Amino acid sequence: MSLRVLVGCKRVIDYAVKIRVRPDKLGVVTDGVKHSMNPFDEIAIEEAVRLKEKKIAKEVVAVSCGPTQAQETIRTALAMGADRGIHVEIPAKEMEKLEPLHVSKILAKLAEQEQAELVIVGKQAIDDDSNATAQMTAALLDWPQATFASKLEKTDGELEVTREVDGGLETIKVKLPAVVSSDLRLNEPRYATLPNIMKAKKKKIAKMKPSDLGVNLASHLEVIEVVDPPTREAGIKVEDVDTLVTKLKDSGRI
Amino acid sequence: MAVATRLTRIVGVSYSSKASLWQVTGVTTSRRTLATTCVRKWQASGEFYSEQHLQLQSSLKKLIDVEINPHVDQWEKEHHFPAHEVFKKLGSAGFLGISKPEEYGGLGLDYGYTVAFAEALGTIHCGGIPMAISVQTDMATPALAKFGSDYLKETFLRPTIAGDMVVCLGVSEPGAGSDVAGIGTSARRQGDDLIINGQKMWITNGFQADWMCLLANTSEGPQHRNKSLICLPMNTPGIHRTSRIEKIGMHSSDTAQIFFEDVRVPAKNIIGEEGMGFTYQMLQFQEERLVGSAVCLSPLDKCIADTINYTSERKVFGQPVLNNQAVHYTLAELETEVEALRSLIYRATALYIGGEDVTKLVSMIKLKAGRLCRQVPDSCLQFWGGMGFTQENYVSRLYRDMRLVSIGAGADEVMLAIICKYAGTLPKVATSLKKKERQASN
Repeated sequence: MSLRVLVGCKRVIDYAVKIRVRPDKLGVVTDGVKHSMNPFDEIAIEEAVRLKEKKIAKEVVAVSCGPTQAQETIRTALAMGADRGIHVEIPAKEMEKLEPLHVSKILAKLAEQEQAELVIVGKQAIDDDSNATAQMTAALLDWPQATFASKLEKTDGELEVTREVDGGLETIKVKLPAVVSSDLRLNEPRYATLPNIMKAKKKKIAKMKPSDLGVNLASHLEVIEVVDPPTREAGIKVEDVDTLVTKLKDSGRI
Repeated sequence: MAVATRLTRIVGVSYSSKASLWQVTGVTTSRRTLATTCVRKWQASGEFYSEQHLQLQSSLKKLIDVEINPHVDQWEKEHHFPAHEVFKKLGSAGFLGISKPEEYGGLGLDYGYTVAFAEALGTIHCGGIPMAISVQTDMATPALAKFGSDYLKETFLRPTIAGDMVVCLGVSEPGAGSDVAGIGTSARRQGDDLIINGQKMWITNGFQADWMCLLANTSEGPQHRNKSLICLPMNTPGIHRTSRIEKIGMHSSDTAQIFFEDVRVPAKNIIGEEGMGFTYQMLQFQEERLVGSAVCLSPLDKCIADTINYTSERKVFGQPVLNNQAVHYTLAELETEVEALRSLIYRATALYIGGEDVTKLVSMIKLKAGRLCRQVPDSCLQFWGGMGFTQENYVSRLYRDMRLVSIGAGADEVMLAIICKYAGTLPKVATSLKKKERQASN
């Protein structure tokens, strides 16, 4: 039983960059800023490639929705071992309108078209931290979902997934086809070897528009304001626990 | 003349055995066109590196961040880094044979990828380890890759590219650093073997190396035509690696003084033609200097960036040190110089890919790199004040590590002499006098 795996990878601002809020307070500065693949998506790609190496998967297809530069993200996935890529082109100007629901609709449509049996995405993107795409994709496909996966094993026709939840670890079984979202401890992504980086150039990336998949980018969300987190204030020392409790109550913290 | 024709084809420059090495004759028209096309392509895109170069760099940086940088402070303290371990990791990822022949495990990519690799290597948080890696990739192996026999490439090049063997370059001696032609180590023919006697000094990777690319005198005759490059296994009896040389910087890199006492090695270990060793080494130096200078770019960038960060937070007389015009103007000037060096490196690389002789440009690059590697850390250290001098931090480490650039791999003075030779300003009297003196004393 050999599956086709569809993996979503998003191009986001690199985790090491110091983020600056735009003057219009409706977003952050992205021009000239270093971008790379969302770290959780790297973990997703790695897991898919490992499934192929274990001969559980027969093909890994990497998908990215975004402007022209999203192809760089797909090439990184190809260099890590994905077989081919799909670039759903969204012009830079319209990127702000892209919401998790749109991506979910796109992924659901592609999963059907490509006859994928497993969709893996990062649990959330480090720019909007939505943590919604995997769940909505599963709902649109009416497939089971296994989110925050920290371990993935295939048993006959099913996946045994260990999930990281607030209370600890939860192990569930889901029937295939299914949607999985990867959490931090699922694996340690490989660095692309130079021979694979060179081979990736020959792998195919299909290009299409959201409209080709019957998806339009109608807005459901409106960004009202983007601000910096409050700067850390100086602390104060108190003499005893009672004073501490009083102060916390006065400032409305408890 | 057969030698000259072969060299022209392999190296891509026209070599006239009558002329001195520096007076390289012009390249053929088709190669010049290719070289100009390379530069034009770069100018058209505005960016020197393509997406694949950038992917190479980001993959290498990831490897460095995971496998190397977390250990640098400890390795610097111990004055040792595990070369076999680190090189194997790099070799497995395909980074040790970027421009080397595919038949021996390399990737056969053009030199632009090697320069991209070198620039990314500089993100290692010290100077010693990038230097050690560059010896492996671009200082001790180019001649073997270009001129060595299939037997030598199979025996030495393949495992070096794979990261299974560590290599060192044996050229310098206590009595002959800049004066490469004046080395004394000899490799005298005895039947099918060579018997090596002599010593080498300041050998990077000397203690950990499995083999050495050795330059030795293999015959009598003019000193530019009597030497050979030899692949020497370092476990051969008679090789004495004695004391560790303690340096003021580059601590994690092991530097050895090595003695050879009747060391026996097969004559088939000579790379290419006997007597061509000096020429091959001069060619090897060009790659060493180009790569070595490219490695300096990232540390210089980071030195300036770290200093900007520090001085923006450190307050003096009520305001950040950075607010003083002398400080931010100096840092801007230094950043300008580093960018100028970067552009010169890219230009020389583009021309080299196109088959041009870039000896003059490379000498200028090495000279400039050496100067900047003193100016930038020195100026930045001043702005760090007491903190820079007392703490084991990146700037103070660079101050020590980068001082070597003006000295090793071709001292500033030698670079100046080369540039003068091309300019026709080097007095001829001085050189012929030196030659006569040396011939008299031999």
